[in-house]
Amino acid sequence: MEKRRFAREAISEWMRHGGPDSDIVISSRVRLARNLSGHPFPMLATNHQAREVMEKLTGAVRAGKLDEIGKFDIFVLDDLTELEKQVLVEKHLISPALANESRCGALILDRTESVSIMVNEEDHLRIQCLYPGFQVKEAWTKASRIDDKFEEAVDYAFDETRGYLTSCPTNVGTGIRASVMMHLPALVITQQINRIIPAVTQVGLVVRGIYGEGSEALGNLFQVSNQITLGQSEEEILDHLHNVARQMIEHEKAARRRLLAESRLRIQDRVCRSYGILCHAAVIDSKEAAQRLSDVRLGIDLGLIPDVPPAVMNELLVKTQPAFLQQTFNETMTPEQRDVRRAEMIREHFRKFRYGGA
Amino acid sequence: MLCQDCGKRPATLHFTKIVNGEKSEFHFCEACARERGELIPGTANGFSIHSLLSGLLDFDPPGGGAGHVSHPLRCESCGLTYSQFSKVGRFGCSDCYRYFSGKLDGLLKRVHGNTVHVGKVPQRAGRMIRSRREIDRLKRELQERIAREDFESAARIRDRIRELERRLAEG
Ligand SMILES: [Zn+2]
Ligand SMILES: [Zn+2]
Repeated sequence: MEKRRFAREAISEWMRHGGPDSDIVISSRVRLARNLSGHPFPMLATNHQAREVMEKLTGAVRAGKLDEIGKFDIFVLDDLTELEKQVLVEKHLISPALANESRCGALILDRTESVSIMVNEEDHLRIQCLYPGFQVKEAWTKASRIDDKFEEAVDYAFDETRGYLTSCPTNVGTGIRASVMMHLPALVITQQINRIIPAVTQVGLVVRGIYGEGSEALGNLFQVSNQITLGQSEEEILDHLHNVARQMIEHEKAARRRLLAESRLRIQDRVCRSYGILCHAAVIDSKEAAQRLSDVRLGIDLGLIPDVPPAVMNELLVKTQPAFLQQTFNETMTPEQRDVRRAEMIREHFRKFRYGGA
Repeated sequence: MLCQDCGKRPATLHFTKIVNGEKSEFHFCEACARERGELIPGTANGFSIHSLLSGLLDFDPPGGGAGHVSHPLRCESCGLTYSQFSKVGRFGCSDCYRYFSGKLDGLLKRVHGNTVHVGKVPQRAGRMIRSRREIDRLKRELQERIAREDFESAARIRDRIRELERRLAEG
């Protein structure tokens, strides 16, 4: 079977370009939750009602409402294979809830994969915009434009007092969830992270580790997002997130400088060992792979590992997830077989840089 | 930092919440987070933080005393009762917000610290709302100008308010 566009590459087109502060901020995301008035929320919708909502929203896109924004493809979830759905989840383009539990769910995805719009997830409409690096406000501007385009075609459930009405009371008001994904290896190595996380949560933000197969934070990646959606304007919410994230970036930068100044040899040894292991290991589990990839990424950002592009970490983190491995090697695998294939995939990937390939 | 629930796995989800008027920190591992958010579909990968939060919401107990059981609070549009809402943490339709409005201020205050939306208003449908907000803003400004005895600009603002009110009346 011909692979769909989104299944061919592990890394989305938008991710290939760096952004501001992209040595620390991997990506910025804004998600808006919206519902149509006069239609029950997806949880209580009949199949017929859910289909109506899907047809209204995808119909607006087919009628060209998003033509100014970009080139969009529409995928009806029921038409996708289980493997394709899992690949979309591993690429963070849809939620596990849309993949596994939605009725008449659909994905409206732009060709660069920087805009993914979910239909009939927990809310009728979830508009998500992703930008490389530290660009939350840019992501909001784009999401808001898309929001306006949909609103030309459909009536939203909006209340003057409560704002945009959402299925869950934690999203009501602005319906906005803005987040910044950061790579903070120096704060973890120096253990300052244990001081910083509680401080960040104290000012109303949520910090979350990123997961792989297991239950531990992987690769020193942390997602910081707003908790409150009601009673503050989008601008206030974004300013607050922006300012706190900015401080975290500065702390990470200072920690990196200190590591280089005070323990350069130790840090060089650490990142280069990890590089060596990734280039030669025959078996590697997802946890070790993530940690080594984080080391290599730090080494690249500190100038200790030349000639390897920084995007290698994200790309391999996605490529070595179960569904992606399965579709690459075209076979179902036990976890043990996966560890072998993962090592193989990583070795092949690094060979390109070491022998001056692509 | 270890998970505060199991004390075994490293905590990977961190946030604070107001509990009984006091700020409390929460640090959970993925497994324990999932367990607490079990009523809610979708975990992992950062999409579902709000789901977990809602699993921890303090809902007002449904119904009043035992005598009120025969008339449960219910949304007439979708049929969801307040008691069902407090179990799943999800509204059934946008009208639930009206039918449950008496109980929502307390809940929203606990979740958001606020009860009233001040952000974006829909472009097309919100023209009237935006005009009303603009009039409110101008009226406040008018009072300030008058207090400062800046009558010239006060007159200009008054004209602007009249113009907006006329257009609002015309629809
Ligand atoms: Zn735990
Ligand atoms: Zn309802």
